[in-house]
Amino acid sequence: MAETALDGVKVVELCNLAAGPYCTKLMADLGAEVIKVEKPGVGDEARRRGPFLNGIPHLERSGLFLYLNTNKLGVTLNIETRKGKGLFKELIAGADILVEDNPPGMLADLGLGHEVLSELNPSLVMTSITPFGQTGPYKDHKAYPLNSFHSGAEGFITPTGDPFPDRPPLRVARYAGEYEVGIHSMLATLGALYYQRATGLGQQVDVSKQEVLIDINTYELLAYPYVGWFPNRSTVLNPLGGIMPAKDGYGHLAMYEEVQWDNLAKLMGNPEWTKEELFTNPDVRRQRSDEVQQHIREWTKQRTKYEIYHEGQKAGVATGAYQTPEEIMNSEQLNSRSFFVELDHPEVGRITYPTAPYRFSKTPWRGRRAAPLLGEHNEEIYHRRLGHSKEELARLRGLGII
Amino acid sequence: MGALSGVKILEFGMAVAGPHACKLLAFMGAEVIKVESIARLDMLRRAGVDAEKGAKIQALRPGEPLPPGVSVDTFPSNATQLNKLGVSLDLAQPEAVELAKRLVARSDVVVENFRARVMEEYGLDYAVLREITPGLIMLSTSLAGKTGPEREYLGYMEIFGAIGGVGHLTGYPDGPPTWIRFSMDTMSAVTAAGAIAAALIHKQRTGEGQYIDFSSYEGAACLIGDALLDYAMNRRNQSRQGNLDDFMAPHNCYRCQGDDEWVSIAIATDEEWEAFCNAIGNPGWTDDERFADAHSRWQNQEQMDIFIQEWTMNYTHYEVMDILQKAGVAAVPSFNSPEIWGDPHLDARGLTVIVDHPALGAQPVLSPPWKLSRTPAEITRHGTMLGEYNEYVFGDLLGLSREEISRLASKGVIR
Repeated sequence: MAETALDGVKVVELCNLAAGPYCTKLMADLGAEVIKVEKPGVGDEARRRGPFLNGIPHLERSGLFLYLNTNKLGVTLNIETRKGKGLFKELIAGADILVEDNPPGMLADLGLGHEVLSELNPSLVMTSITPFGQTGPYKDHKAYPLNSFHSGAEGFITPTGDPFPDRPPLRVARYAGEYEVGIHSMLATLGALYYQRATGLGQQVDVSKQEVLIDINTYELLAYPYVGWFPNRSTVLNPLGGIMPAKDGYGHLAMYEEVQWDNLAKLMGNPEWTKEELFTNPDVRRQRSDEVQQHIREWTKQRTKYEIYHEGQKAGVATGAYQTPEEIMNSEQLNSRSFFVELDHPEVGRITYPTAPYRFSKTPWRGRRAAPLLGEHNEEIYHRRLGHSKEELARLRGLGII
Repeated sequence: MGALSGVKILEFGMAVAGPHACKLLAFMGAEVIKVESIARLDMLRRAGVDAEKGAKIQALRPGEPLPPGVSVDTFPSNATQLNKLGVSLDLAQPEAVELAKRLVARSDVVVENFRARVMEEYGLDYAVLREITPGLIMLSTSLAGKTGPEREYLGYMEIFGAIGGVGHLTGYPDGPPTWIRFSMDTMSAVTAAGAIAAALIHKQRTGEGQYIDFSSYEGAACLIGDALLDYAMNRRNQSRQGNLDDFMAPHNCYRCQGDDEWVSIAIATDEEWEAFCNAIGNPGWTDDERFADAHSRWQNQEQMDIFIQEWTMNYTHYEVMDILQKAGVAAVPSFNSPEIWGDPHLDARGLTVIVDHPALGAQPVLSPPWKLSRTPAEITRHGTMLGEYNEYVFGDLLGLSREEISRLASKGVIR
């Protein structure tokens, strides 16, 4: 088996739902050993969120959980018990990284705060992901993914160019904001790991979902302090191009360079109107954008979204097609790059998963296993790894500790 | 000392996807040399905002000179080139390519997001560069990756969101898909930076470098991974759902006092629902059997949302947050830009800071978005200007004499 980028990196995860689990999933997929710690009998929140196999709720059949926990080992542990705390500390003693998403102060109240854990393991990188960070007046505020998304200011401008400006601002695609937090958390955590590998020293990484979502939205926020301008949902940054109706859905036209206008005229077969100032003069074009858009729409409406996408791109125009999940899974481009893999899972069988948006030339994406069943690796970790006897495990199971 | 102190990165970046990635790594202490040229200006050096019309980009045809009086120092450029060392090389000239290669020779990482084939045309593709630096990590970020039938397609942020499925899944159920803007570019940047960090860990352990082919199309598709699994498991092809959750209700944004001010409220449990009802003074409608349990609340949320908004309209979104958070209910404003720049919590966290830019003066920018306790991520320099560090990089780092640098400048190699 080929070596992976994060071979030998040991991670403990104490997280729920999407942001934290996505952070450690990215690391597990790159080869880190991730031990996911879940509450006995209850498990990660994501197990209770759909999409479920056949739409029927089941702890082991949530598509959200399956997506977010590939390549991880799963154990159960009640860290609120004395024995549970002891086992947690044993896990931490052998770890490089702990990723947790509990409310600020909760682990410290259990006697498992950074101070205690770093004394036990001075090289530990402890990443805490919370809605508003570990400090500041909102640190104890509660936020579900919807609230966190709107705290980062992309909600206020979503949907872009809103045809219904009186309707409420929206989140972007389901859990996208949480995944963005997960990506950012991985970056900061691996930065700290790089330092740990060089010096032996661990540290605390404080990730505020709000702040990383603000970073994701940076370029929409920047203008305000300079010219007092800020976008809302009805703002259209570029009145030319954008979403275009197609015969079978929607295409997209991104027009930023003059050469793209030249190419667009050719693509449309140089109709008369493209020879007029309306088309050839950038200032006139912008002033009379409604007319220009009308002309382009008449052309796009005669075509399918894939004709707009592929023929546009081949002509040197930055076009796109609004694709559905089904179309994405059937994409020739993605499949030619092996973007999808099939993994076996005892409860949902063999299904297709997206991998990652990068191909490393030397260290591959690790398709070792699907998400763990609740407590699947208790014996592997507590017995074979930490040396607790099977009898002891049975006793702990009886007490609801694992 | 930053977490990535000692890591040397060479950036051939354009706009956001490459440059924002390098900025994040520079926040953690990596040295980033940004290679650019007046002959191939970074788009952000042409981007600004018109107070009336909003964003604008000074679009140029290839080779077209910048109009007189137009500055190449802009606030988006300042914000994106923080902590970097800018050098100017016109890579269309062989001598400039040779200098770039000498910079590669002292680098750990090369990042590029030029259009397809541009690095090859310069003679700076991975096959060449890895011979110069055997342990080199090189990352290319593009619309669809460097292989496959769409490998040469042109990409901008909004195309990523469209083909990656994020646009289709965002919007009102009865409305069109959504044109997702800059977040698709920054998402690409953050993911690329994370991939580089992972490759650095591998290199640190083994000495081995590698090539990373990043696709923004796939980056966007990963953001809808759970919807892709729904299709894989059930052949269910999801579409737009507004703010609707699979089982939580209330779960929406509600209008508040003021112009276009909104608060998001999400309730998951019966305890939270009771706390919510108490906090808003138990108006009569809360006793309605249509809202008696979680399932009925979900079924009747359209009507419930109307009642909730009748209450939120009486308060500012900050007041709603205060009232409901005190009761243990998740309520957070849908913040806009002015609020981000002046929010008391973000101020206490030090999110916004002023950097002094030699050409632009005092420039408000956003701090690094994570706090590392031992090796704080920080802003150490203003956004680099075009060629600002030519003397330091070519002179001090590469050992070129002053005369040689001015000869190259007068020949237009350094420009």
